[in-house]
Amino acid sequence: MKNRNFWVILTGVIIGVAALALTALGNPGNMGFCIACFLRDTSGAMKLHSAEVVQYVRPEIIGMILGAMIIAMLTKEFKPRGGSSPMIRFVIAVIVMVGALMFLGCPLRMMLRVGGGDLNAIVGLVGFIAGIFVGTLWMRGGFTLKRAYTQSMTEGLALPIIAAVIMALSVFLPSLFAASESGPGSMHAPILITLGVGLVTGGLCQRARFCTAAASRDAMLFKDFSMLWGFVAVIVTTIVGNLILGKFNLSFADQPVAHTDGLWNFLGMALVGWGSVLLGGCPLRQLILAGEGNSDAAVTVAGFAVGAAICHNFSLAASAKGPTVNGMIAVVAGFVILTLIGLFNREKA
Amino acid sequence: MLIVDARGLLCPEPVVRTQRAVKDGLSELTVLVDAEAAKENVTRFAASRGYAVSVKQEGADYTLSLSRV
Repeated sequence: MKNRNFWVILTGVIIGVAALALTALGNPGNMGFCIACFLRDTSGAMKLHSAEVVQYVRPEIIGMILGAMIIAMLTKEFKPRGGSSPMIRFVIAVIVMVGALMFLGCPLRMMLRVGGGDLNAIVGLVGFIAGIFVGTLWMRGGFTLKRAYTQSMTEGLALPIIAAVIMALSVFLPSLFAASESGPGSMHAPILITLGVGLVTGGLCQRARFCTAAASRDAMLFKDFSMLWGFVAVIVTTIVGNLILGKFNLSFADQPVAHTDGLWNFLGMALVGWGSVLLGGCPLRQLILAGEGNSDAAVTVAGFAVGAAICHNFSLAASAKGPTVNGMIAVVAGFVILTLIGLFNREKA
Repeated sequence: MLIVDARGLLCPEPVVRTQRAVKDGLSELTVLVDAEAAKENVTRFAASRGYAVSVKQEGADYTLSLSRV
């Protein structure tokens, strides 16, 4: 158990330091790495959406999937599995993305924003925890997406291979992809560093079973606080780091890639929290599980990428100017759909 | 003896099902899981509720035998 706390806290600290370093080296502010934003950027680079400011193949994402895969293979934990309600997972993933792009960040970026002094992210954090609480009520009520079964090696390797191919193409044939000339998509640290950071953090997260949703979820369900230490470690590390670097700016206004609409920051992250509990893990955790050969998680990652494209193609994503009406409608629809999915996927004990 | 078959279930379901099973104060219980993370989580949960856990691996599956200390 002590050993576990060590890995979780070490992973949290390294994620925090890595995020600060990536931001210093060129990544967008308070966005050392954000799973939602970076999947959105990658799906933009592949022209799944045409928001010109958020298009770039993010090696962090690809590195995390591959890093988790390599460590899982070395520790004999790479096990191709799938078949646990893949389509429902896809739908929930789209909804999680709608919530994340309402708030402007996945739970990881929310923690990094808190660490930068962005008070809007505190509002998001409260929403996230509220959403997780609702999710745990459904879990207690017998919610299940049913069993996954052993699958072929091809099934387990499909997403990691696709990720590696996208990475290679983006390096050797960059003209295939769209790349932002301004906005967050144009801001990035050097490619080898971002890929390296992805590989290392992906491997560490695999060892630690790191999950930003499990932190509060397990505390609420089982009084198990081990993951919460990792959650706290990320925030403390980034607060200390930002204070040292003189980047800590405690305010609601003028935060990088953020808006100040409290209600929708709260509701967006509540949707992410609830959806993440139903999916069995936050967006970061889904990347890691996909790297371990879990094809349900791979479908979930595909759902995030498609969800991000939907958000930009139909103006659901918020921007620094604030949320859109379409986005508000989509978030409310997301709550309704999660409720319906919950009602129809229960198993009596 | 009660057997909780949590194979193929993603966290937190294996632990939720174990939690539901031990609610009535069972002295012995078997939990089947097939993922490393589930094995660790159920073991940690069981220990926190005062159960001793012995783990047996058969192929890709783990049989966790819980007994009240």
